[in-house]
Amino acid sequence: MQALVRKRYAAERRFRFAGLFAVSLSMLFLAFLLITMTYRGIGGFTQFEAAVPLDLPKSDLFLDPAALRGSDASQLIARADLEGAILKSAAQAYGPAADRMFGASAARRLGRNLLEDSSLLERRASLWLPVSSSIDVAAKGDGDAASEQLVAQLKSKDALRRTFNFDFLTASDATDPSAIGVWGALKGSFLTIVVTMVLAFPIGVLAAIYLEEFAARNRWTDVIEVSINNLAAVPSIIFGLLGLAVFLNFLHLPRSAPLVGGLTLALMTMPVIVIAGRNAIKSVPPSIRDAALGVGASKMQVVFHHVLPLALPGILTGTIIGMARALGETAPLLMIGMRAFIASPPGGITEPASVLPVQIFLWSDEVGRGFVEKTSAAIIVLLLFMLAMNGLAIYLRNRFERRW
Amino acid sequence: MTLGLALAAVLAIACVAGWLGFSRARAARAGGAKLHSLPTYHGSYAVLWVVLPALLFLAAWVPVQGSLVDQAVLSSPEGLKLPDFDMQRDAILSEAREIAHGDRDVGFNPESTTLAPRFEEAEARYSVAGIAVSVLIALGAAAFAVRRVSPAFRARTSVERWLMALLIAASLIAILTTLGIVLSLMFESLRFFRMVPVTDFLFGTQWSPQTAIRADQAGSSGAFGSIPLFWGTFFIGAIIAMIVAIPLGLMSAIYLTQYAHPRVRTWLKPMLEILAGIPTVVYGYFAALTVAPAVRDLGLALGISSASSESALAAGLVMGIMIIPFISSMADDSIAAVPQAMRDGSLAMGATKSETIRKVVLPAALPGVVGGVLLAVSRAIGETMIVVMAAGLAANLTANPFASVTTVTTQIVQLLTGDQEFDSAKTLAAFALGLVLFLITLVLNLIALTVVRKYREAYE
Repeated sequence: MQALVRKRYAAERRFRFAGLFAVSLSMLFLAFLLITMTYRGIGGFTQFEAAVPLDLPKSDLFLDPAALRGSDASQLIARADLEGAILKSAAQAYGPAADRMFGASAARRLGRNLLEDSSLLERRASLWLPVSSSIDVAAKGDGDAASEQLVAQLKSKDALRRTFNFDFLTASDATDPSAIGVWGALKGSFLTIVVTMVLAFPIGVLAAIYLEEFAARNRWTDVIEVSINNLAAVPSIIFGLLGLAVFLNFLHLPRSAPLVGGLTLALMTMPVIVIAGRNAIKSVPPSIRDAALGVGASKMQVVFHHVLPLALPGILTGTIIGMARALGETAPLLMIGMRAFIASPPGGITEPASVLPVQIFLWSDEVGRGFVEKTSAAIIVLLLFMLAMNGLAIYLRNRFERRW
Repeated sequence: MTLGLALAAVLAIACVAGWLGFSRARAARAGGAKLHSLPTYHGSYAVLWVVLPALLFLAAWVPVQGSLVDQAVLSSPEGLKLPDFDMQRDAILSEAREIAHGDRDVGFNPESTTLAPRFEEAEARYSVAGIAVSVLIALGAAAFAVRRVSPAFRARTSVERWLMALLIAASLIAILTTLGIVLSLMFESLRFFRMVPVTDFLFGTQWSPQTAIRADQAGSSGAFGSIPLFWGTFFIGAIIAMIVAIPLGLMSAIYLTQYAHPRVRTWLKPMLEILAGIPTVVYGYFAALTVAPAVRDLGLALGISSASSESALAAGLVMGIMIIPFISSMADDSIAAVPQAMRDGSLAMGATKSETIRKVVLPAALPGVVGGVLLAVSRAIGETMIVVMAAGLAANLTANPFASVTTVTTQIVQLLTGDQEFDSAKTLAAFALGLVLFLITLVLNLIALTVVRKYREAYE
């Protein structure tokens, strides 16, 4: 008897331990994933800069300082071979090995400096410019031998420093990993999400109100209910196929535009909002409705003046979670062509754009070593946004949701 | 631009009409009349009357205007000189349109430059016509609505009828979306099945669509047997991922609901939900960069020489991790729905907590858990980014978890993101795959939703 009880208690402990083990293992996965991403990506937010003694008067840039004060200065700079001029100066200062030291990011920085101060063209000056990706990777301890050597040389001359990579937050996609940034993709994501929100929120809320407050129980409403519940579980790539067939091939809307992305994601998010909305409306107690009806409000007035405001926090929570999901969605957007190389941020919802998750996917496909840390850094940015949105949802839930 | 102008005009008229309706009703009330509806309803009634017909007209007009402009341009003297060949003419037309809109300076075809002014003229003419008609409609409707304001007029009833129509329309969109999915997938799939027989597609074991790109490659029409894809999908999503997710998810749910201190639970549960909130592209990158090399090394260490760096195991493992919170929350709901009396009865008989859970709570919650698992499977086989980034492209029919298999979703992405000729069997095959995937997930979802609902009703 004693032995049996001991055995049963041991089984109890084992079971309990198995549960604890499962939870801790899941947490461990989460921690491992987050730590890996942070560890790999944190370097992407910093970049190395090297000092170059620039001698622009002697370079063959053919830029006129007077013209740089004119209105088409940025075009002139874009056309000039700044990269060549920088590399020439770098080769003079650090030997022939420096021919890979600077890339597009340095040219862009110099161009900006020239716009601010055109006198750089007329004098010798020493500037800190961001180094090319291969040198950057080497300086962070993961490069090839030739680059490591150059880094050592630069360090011995005190001509290398680490700075925060503002360009990563303000630039867009580029071919050179040292010059890429997330701004274009972030703007695309923002426009897409706004389109999604504007379409999915009102439609979702109205549908939830109808189904919960007005719909009679009959076959039609059953069909609507089943199709909404099913749509919430349909694979997202199917929505991408729908968007491709209907919005692009049938309606001929512009490819890879936030408008089409937003429409597709709206169809995907709407069922989530409907389900959240129905739950929120259901949790408003009937006494509220009865009281309003009792003082003579019409059914519409009851819903729009009393039930909806009380259900709104719950609906908003569901909406934000749905939006966060839409923000992280990649597959349907690949289907509608949002995988092009877009080097400038979109100006409107009909212009070609990229979104952050797709940008991450595209960068993850690149072979250059510099792309690895930039991809992880972009993932950190995306995760921060998701965290902020989910945090907002939790805050709203705790702050405004009432338990009746 | 012109559309924006028309919208702005209609909205301005709507505002004025709304204000007129509102103030007329208020004046009537100030004059001592007893209104049936509040003045705001009279105002809203006018706004609805102005906005809805004009918007409907504009929605219908925009596509009509495009083709009218095209016809006008083609019938102009310059347009008649264009080649009859449809595709070339369309290319010139679209270039001319872009020049006329200022999107580009010089066309690839010289004709488009001469055609651009015609475009501008025609567009100006028809857009002015469109704006004029929509403004007329709006004005007419405004006059009609504002004149109807009277104490006895039941504006509220009318407005509420409009609102009701809006509510019904909103909820019909869900059906329309489902219909749209089915129809668009069916339509393209039928075109595909005209090129490739259904039986070859469903029961073939060879998948190599790449050879079908060029029609002139004699003898290689491509093989579209989808069995290896569905096996790969099933292997990764329904076997490997579930082996990871079901025990971990279920045990997590049991621990969190039955054992954990409430304070611990309030912290751990949101943490677990973070796992569900992480975008799949992040999981995919994690799988490809960290898990896949580790799995390959493990395979090589175990002496499996065919271990691939795009193994099914890596993708399945990460997908399982992604599914854990999903299963856990479904199991959580089902366990919470088991009546306390059943638990109390078991505990009163002297059973330990774990015995109660294993022999009473879990069997009682089983339908709900099974429904949750089915939903999880449906989500796993439709999951795209993890397998696109971590699983391979080779269509192997193998049960070796260290080998590379491909999935339906990977192939859909692969087929649709290369070159885009819309009529090739290669592109259409993606829609056929999508259709089968949709049907499978539909059946899984329907079974799961029915099971879960039946189960909930059983204890309510």
